[in-house]
Amino acid sequence: MAGIALETYGTYDRARTVRGFGRGDARFRVLTLAAALLVVAIFLGVLAALIEGAWPAIKAFGLPFLWTEKWNPVTEKFGALAPIYGTLVTSFLAMLIAVPVGIGIAIFLTEICPNAFKRPISIAIELLAGIPSIIYGIWGLFVLAPFLQSTIQPWLIDVFANVPVLSSLFEGPPYGIGVFTAALILSIMILPFISAVTRDVFETAPPMLKEAAYGLGCTRWEVMWHVVLPYSRAGVVGGAMLALGRALGETMAITFVIGNAHRISASLLAPGTTISAAIANEFTEALGDLYVPSLIELGLILFFITFLVLASAQLMLRRLEAAGGKK
Amino acid sequence: MNSVLYARRRLTDRVFLLLSVGAAGFGLLWLGLILYTLIVQGFGGLSPKVFTEMTPPPGSDGGLLNAIAGSVIMSFLAVLVGTPVGVLAGTYLAEYGRHTRLAGAIRFFNDILLSAPSIVIGLFIYEIFVINMGHFSAIAGASSLAVIVIPVVVRTTENMLLLVPNSLREAGTALGAPMSFIIRSVTWRAARAGIVTGVLLAVARISGETAPLLFTALNNQFWSSDLGQPMASLPAVIFQFAMSPYDDWHRLAWAGALLITFTVLALSIAARLLESKRN
Repeated sequence: MAGIALETYGTYDRARTVRGFGRGDARFRVLTLAAALLVVAIFLGVLAALIEGAWPAIKAFGLPFLWTEKWNPVTEKFGALAPIYGTLVTSFLAMLIAVPVGIGIAIFLTEICPNAFKRPISIAIELLAGIPSIIYGIWGLFVLAPFLQSTIQPWLIDVFANVPVLSSLFEGPPYGIGVFTAALILSIMILPFISAVTRDVFETAPPMLKEAAYGLGCTRWEVMWHVVLPYSRAGVVGGAMLALGRALGETMAITFVIGNAHRISASLLAPGTTISAAIANEFTEALGDLYVPSLIELGLILFFITFLVLASAQLMLRRLEAAGGKK
Repeated sequence: MNSVLYARRRLTDRVFLLLSVGAAGFGLLWLGLILYTLIVQGFGGLSPKVFTEMTPPPGSDGGLLNAIAGSVIMSFLAVLVGTPVGVLAGTYLAEYGRHTRLAGAIRFFNDILLSAPSIVIGLFIYEIFVINMGHFSAIAGASSLAVIVIPVVVRTTENMLLLVPNSLREAGTALGAPMSFIIRSVTWRAARAGIVTGVLLAVARISGETAPLLFTALNNQFWSSDLGQPMASLPAVIFQFAMSPYDDWHRLAWAGALLITFTVLALSIAARLLESKRN
């Protein structure tokens, strides 16, 4: 490469060598810049391709697509309300479970766990993030869903049968598959994202603050709740948003266990669908001029929602990083 | 001394700390349950035939050879394309861009792509490849995987290059070496283990990806090494077989699931070892 240039030039011409260096330098710089710009091009390409693919549906259904529940491939009338609702509900429920548990794991890892077990346990939790989503799907379908169907779901139906509001949330026959099962699987999948980010920000809390609180006689829980958690709030929220972004777009695990029904039921035990599950289930079988564009428009909506969530997570975490750099 | 208050505070402390131990147990429990089922069910379906025979029609014997081969081919192509692009882009961000606005914007879009739903990537490739070619193909499948590889490699490359001490670069500059030369023979070399870790993580990520393959590479019941034609892949076959009502297909799906999980876990453990060796 450039190192051999000095020998190959024979009689040493300094100006020529330096010019060569300059040219090589410029070429390499442009090459790396092109690769970096390709990343932006891919992002814009995704956006453009989705809009182009969805255009027939956008033209045919307009904005009401967003709040129409009907999804009828035979009459070619499509609306996105049921999948949007399913996506938001499963993600919300998953967050409801995963955020407290994830924070609990982070507290365990930073405060309680003996040093010898810290690494193995955090690796084990992170392995949960490495397991591909299709594995969660097949496991959910064959193991978790039958288990829930025969045990927890009948119990929930019995217990809440006479409680107003809750009775309609847990109502109907226990199918096994459905919104509840999907949300539970989803919560396991995003758990490691929350606990990893939370643990990292917990560890940035200055020991002096914690020691001061202990010096005042605080218990370990009081130190976590009143000192460490407020200190690392922005990071915890950022991590949770990142996990939410994952949950919204999660496809295969949900496709297996949600039942793919385009309707909105009050009951969490009933089958439903999400944007990504609808696309994965129906895309290759979709016929007609509006079916495929409608599915692509669903994808566009999903991309838009996850973009908003992920972008705010990025901004939050980046501001945190910038603040950390100033100290 | 207010002993009631003390007792209550101590109780709250105990309860919440116990709950967080419970939370860790909850996480580990799921990992244990999933791995347990995979091993029991997966080894039940595993036999030499899995590696030597093609995917069968329901009711007859067969294996997963074409699916395994398809997954390996498409992942290989994706890494082959994605790695150089990712490494170069990461190099720009860490070496040339660093504090510029442009680099900040690129970093932002890269992070979005990193966590973007993979099914949307599949739709993107469907629009630009499948529609223009008129049919599903292995090339389209590999491209969708490459789009997933790139952001992972960009992120890890940039992070690893940022860890290289500036004094190394300054030493190179002091010797009169041009910047491109310093990057290639000093910083890349110093960050090599980290960059390889990133590539391993990217392979782990795509080897289980299903959603983007469903409508790019589709699936193929037979052996095919033609990149212009639909190609089978392990995840797509697992999806098809698991959703079917046939018991022998279910057994193969479990065997495939075991193979994928162990590949992924082995890759992430290898990546981790490489990383800890560097530190």
